[in-house]
Amino acid sequence: MNISPNHFTAPAEADTLSRLRQRLGLAAEAEGLLDVAYTTIDSPVGTLLLAATPKGLVRVAYQVEDHDRVLDTLSQRISPRVLRAPRRLDAVARELGEYFSRQRRAFDLPLDLSLSGGFRQLVQQHLPEIGYGQTRTYGQVAELVGNPRAVRAVGTACATNPLPVVVPCHRVLRADGTPGGYVGGPAAKQALLHLEAAA
Amino acid sequence: MKQPFEKVVEQHGGTVLRVCRVILDVHDAEDAWSETFLAAMRAYPDLPDSANAEAWLVTIAHRKAIDVLRARKRQPAPIGEIPEVPTALGLPGAADGDLWHAVAALPDKQRQVVAYHYVAGLAYAEIAEILGGTTDAARRAAADGVKNLRKNYPGAATEGAPS
Repeated sequence: MNISPNHFTAPAEADTLSRLRQRLGLAAEAEGLLDVAYTTIDSPVGTLLLAATPKGLVRVAYQVEDHDRVLDTLSQRISPRVLRAPRRLDAVARELGEYFSRQRRAFDLPLDLSLSGGFRQLVQQHLPEIGYGQTRTYGQVAELVGNPRAVRAVGTACATNPLPVVVPCHRVLRADGTPGGYVGGPAAKQALLHLEAAA
Repeated sequence: MKQPFEKVVEQHGGTVLRVCRVILDVHDAEDAWSETFLAAMRAYPDLPDSANAEAWLVTIAHRKAIDVLRARKRQPAPIGEIPEVPTALGLPGAADGDLWHAVAALPDKQRQVVAYHYVAGLAYAEIAEILGGTTDAARRAAADGVKNLRKNYPGAATEGAPS
């Protein structure tokens, strides 16, 4: 018999590790070290990654955005102290669940908009003014934010929305009535518009 | 680029737990694991991107374990000796309970070197940095440890670990 790392692997190691990792998330939160907490939830538009800073929800990401890349970006742009720690996202997960089961029409969550700046952030701040089940064109949103000629910039602000679903960029359409692009892909945009239209 | 700390836990959590279990008992090992990763998370933003994360974590775990061992020596545990009979729970590995007890019975330094070299896979130069002393001293402590293990755990040989 050889001495190898396998000799030191206890049968219950996986269980122990998942318990210890859970405990680490709670301890890091208590010590103020948890700069970014994240979790993933299942939804009718696929698995969504939810991430929050102590200030609020900072990122909602579709699977097509590649969750590993999204976490790398959060690590670079906000802080590398990133842990899977679902507790901070409990309220977000609950409100999204209610939204997808048509029991909620608006979100009541603290948001951290620090991933976008300037005009993009301004647009994203105004998007929740488009009510549930309604739509606007990119041009109308440009007017809404007081810059009617910035139609393309509004398109960019929607395409780079770090908080899709919660900040409703899916309610912004092209002037000809076609949906236009979407960070979660056109099918996800259609699914959200159908969900809200049917309510 | 610095990867999210979650990936560090994912990649090295198991190794650090095994190291802690070799140098401490099961309960203390879990506390040492928790303190190691909490301290690591605090210092993580300042860790150079080029650093060997596993050696860094084992260094922190070593210090945390030393704190626990010192506290234990000041305040002897109710059971001072290693139990004669392997536990029925089979912790930390039923099939290798005898090896486990043989490792637990090694002097502190030999046990640490065996853990860092054979469990964490660190090179003797890295272990020397953690323990202080020379690379040769670390290599000798490992050789002595393995010699003791062979004596107390017949059939044990060493293969497959980095030199």
